[in-house]
Amino acid sequence: MSTDTTTKDSTEYTRALLTTAEPRRRRTDRIMAGLIWSAFALAMIPLVSLLWTVLFSGAGRMSVDFLQYSMRGIFGGDPSGGIYHAIMGTLIITGCATLISVPIGILVAIYLVEYGRGPLARAVTFFVDVMTGIPSIVAGLFAVSLFTIFFGPGARFGLIGAVALSVLMIPVVVRSCEEMLKLVPNELREASYALGVPKWLTIVRIVLRTSVAGLTTSVLLAVARVIGETAPLLVAVGVTDSINFDPSEGRMMTLPVFIYRQYSQGQAPCREDQVNCVADIALQNAWGAALTLIAIVMILNIAGRLVNRWFAPKTR
Amino acid sequence: MAQRIDVKDVNIYYGDFRAVEGVTMTVDPKSVTAFIGPSGCGKSTFLRTLNRMHEVIPGAYVEGKVELEGVDLYGDDVDPVAVRRNIGMVFQRPNPFPTMSIKDNVLAGVKLNNRKISRSDADYLVESSLRGANLWNEVKDRLDRPGSGLSGGQQQRLCIARAIAVKPQVVLMDEPCSALDPISTLAIEDLIQELKKDYTIVIVTHNMQQAARVSDRTAFFNIAGTGKPGKLIEMNDTATIFSSPAEKATEDYVSGRFG
Amino acid sequence: MTTTDSPPAPVAPVRRRRSSGDTERGFSRTFRWIATGAGALILATLAAVALFLIVRAWPAMTASSEALAEAVPRYPDDTSFIAYVGPLIFGTLLAAVLALLIATPVAMGVALFISHYAPRRLAQALGYLVDLLAAIPSVVYGLWGFTVLAPVLAPLWTWLNNWFGWFPLFAGDVSPTARTMATVAVVLAVMILPIITAVSREVFLQTPKLHEEAALALGATRWEMVRTAVLPFGQSGVISAAMLGLGRALGETMAVLMILSPGFLYSFKILQAAQQQTIAAYIALDFPEASGLAVNALIATGLALFVITLAVNMAARAIVARRKEFSGAN
Repeated sequence: MSTDTTTKDSTEYTRALLTTAEPRRRRTDRIMAGLIWSAFALAMIPLVSLLWTVLFSGAGRMSVDFLQYSMRGIFGGDPSGGIYHAIMGTLIITGCATLISVPIGILVAIYLVEYGRGPLARAVTFFVDVMTGIPSIVAGLFAVSLFTIFFGPGARFGLIGAVALSVLMIPVVVRSCEEMLKLVPNELREASYALGVPKWLTIVRIVLRTSVAGLTTSVLLAVARVIGETAPLLVAVGVTDSINFDPSEGRMMTLPVFIYRQYSQGQAPCREDQVNCVADIALQNAWGAALTLIAIVMILNIAGRLVNRWFAPKTR
Repeated sequence: MAQRIDVKDVNIYYGDFRAVEGVTMTVDPKSVTAFIGPSGCGKSTFLRTLNRMHEVIPGAYVEGKVELEGVDLYGDDVDPVAVRRNIGMVFQRPNPFPTMSIKDNVLAGVKLNNRKISRSDADYLVESSLRGANLWNEVKDRLDRPGSGLSGGQQQRLCIARAIAVKPQVVLMDEPCSALDPISTLAIEDLIQELKKDYTIVIVTHNMQQAARVSDRTAFFNIAGTGKPGKLIEMNDTATIFSSPAEKATEDYVSGRFG
Repeated sequence: MTTTDSPPAPVAPVRRRRSSGDTERGFSRTFRWIATGAGALILATLAAVALFLIVRAWPAMTASSEALAEAVPRYPDDTSFIAYVGPLIFGTLLAAVLALLIATPVAMGVALFISHYAPRRLAQALGYLVDLLAAIPSVVYGLWGFTVLAPVLAPLWTWLNNWFGWFPLFAGDVSPTARTMATVAVVLAVMILPIITAVSREVFLQTPKLHEEAALALGATRWEMVRTAVLPFGQSGVISAAMLGLGRALGETMAVLMILSPGFLYSFKILQAAQQQTIAAYIALDFPEASGLAVNALIATGLALFVITLAVNMAARAIVARRKEFSGAN
């Protein structure tokens, strides 16, 4: 019954309609799809090249000694130096910055989510965003200017760098913690209020407890973000070849600054008969430190994501 | 212009989930066919397979044959883009492009197909399409204003104008009135009656009175339970479906006992 | 009883209405003040950054050009402070704008790839790969740009110079080491790619399904669907994303410092060495050795950088905020 009213002509006509590939449109579609795929491929080239170079060039320098010695008393092409002082400096300064940034950042996030309304909250939201765009070197100049007032010009120590990093880190912490606190369902807060729990206890015991995994992730990612900062530490903490554990006294080396420092050393002058002299040791040191730094950053990133995946309460 | 659709043993899947199974039907040209049935019975899903919009959803695919005048829409040499141009679609909620003026909305499909259209041709097409959608008198003075400024019913007629401006063979409507007030609904129903002179029209509706008012033939879909595939229960002249259906389920549904 | 008197909202709302703070007792009130104080601290910090920079920059901005010439290395004789900062601002803007021109089209392509082209299951993982680019420290980019990228690009720059030397950007004597603005721009483009991609991707993903389906149902190909529905919808988002990227590129220090062979000219010759310098790299290079008035002069250039980036970022955020209001109203 259905096919007898369908004539051969109309079938042919319809077939022509449905199979006419308009070559130009189809070509445009293909070309654009190709361009979009290649944009992604293009973006991957630097990533792959960079990671491969760091791994390949850094692995050669990597050794237990390299991680355990400082550069104190190392001159020229002597390959027996290490990055211990820089690793320690990075951990101490970033640790101090984290200690400053996390309480402030989480409190600001609490303010924005739990209390924020009116012009002050709007201003804080807006300027937190603006603050994420402060150039890192400006943060360094600010910290130096601040401490110059109390300690006079030429003061260089770890805490100045920590303050500079905090200026960069706080907005990052606020932004991501705010997102995490917003995920806590309102019903939980109301249930707590209904039990007669005061607001601050509700925030501490319910809101923060519920979002603790998310907050940890936020903090880890924020640390990963600032741990590679170079410019502010270059101007605020200076450089040294020795181990220094005291952030309130004296210059400190950090991994990023160490990389820059070694890079700017250039080739070491080695005589032909000289043993224990590697001409491009500085560059090798730089790559070794770069590998260490990237490893730390990646571990923080992965740890952050795993924390969130494993410990996040099922809120949705 | 209007063309017939023959559906043979169609199963529709979302990934592993079989949403609709075993549908065989014929949609006559120059008539209105209505799909009715309870929520989730797969009538909208089935409608979307008629112009290959179903496969836009990731993981979705179709088994069986859907023939337009004997040409399988899912054949290897068929271009899904050409299918959608020849089988227009109007959605549940009006969706004019917010960044385009009323005029550009009507021309949106045409500009895709044939970039070089002369000004006078474009003006003529805009007017005839808007007249075809019973909207011309209401918007002729503000063709350059954004389409999102119109009322819901006007927006939906704008979408119909946009669909018929491409000169399709078939127009599919997925609950076109469900987001509209009764007066706008009436305007759309009148429009459907006029459109069926030129097009094959398939309409999905929740509203049985609407199906009874506008359609020539009606198909009833049902679902055995959640997680089960939807099925075509019966299809017949609208009058028969509403007065003396062959199946008990159809009778229960049209008499308002469930759904 | 003490807190929310608004109807319960299912999705966590940003702001809940409260009657007044008077119902809070005991530590709740203290806690409220602590949190509010932390919020105010943000504003205070930003104000302090501006204030300290101005205070410390002031001596340099008011000093005579003779005094400056004596104290600041590379200070041109008999010039005002503006003439001294001018080329640095020019170099900063040139580097950032070039980076933006390279990065934006690629970032839009990558964002579209992740939002509309990549297989759904892979899209998230691929997006994470792009985000990895943002996790790499800038000093490592500098090292990589200097040792790997510059040698690769050198022949390309020579070729550009040979064939398109008539175009002002590609004129001049091409540098054999490629430690030039062109290479810097490429590295900066890679560095700002993730942020532009991330913001654009979010906007593209928000394109209403309705509009995409409307385009497809009219017989649009995938690209035509993107052009009719996705791009117009995401336009303002892409603009603000690009401005955020611009802000990043303006303040980037290490990559420029390590790659660029600096000069202090108003020069568009991006293939020639020793032509331009950016503010950030200039500060990082000279600050460790500077003393006295030279420090003030460097901080003054830093103030200029701060003002520029602040303006760019505020503009970008304002666009984003306005966009949010619009989409909220619909």
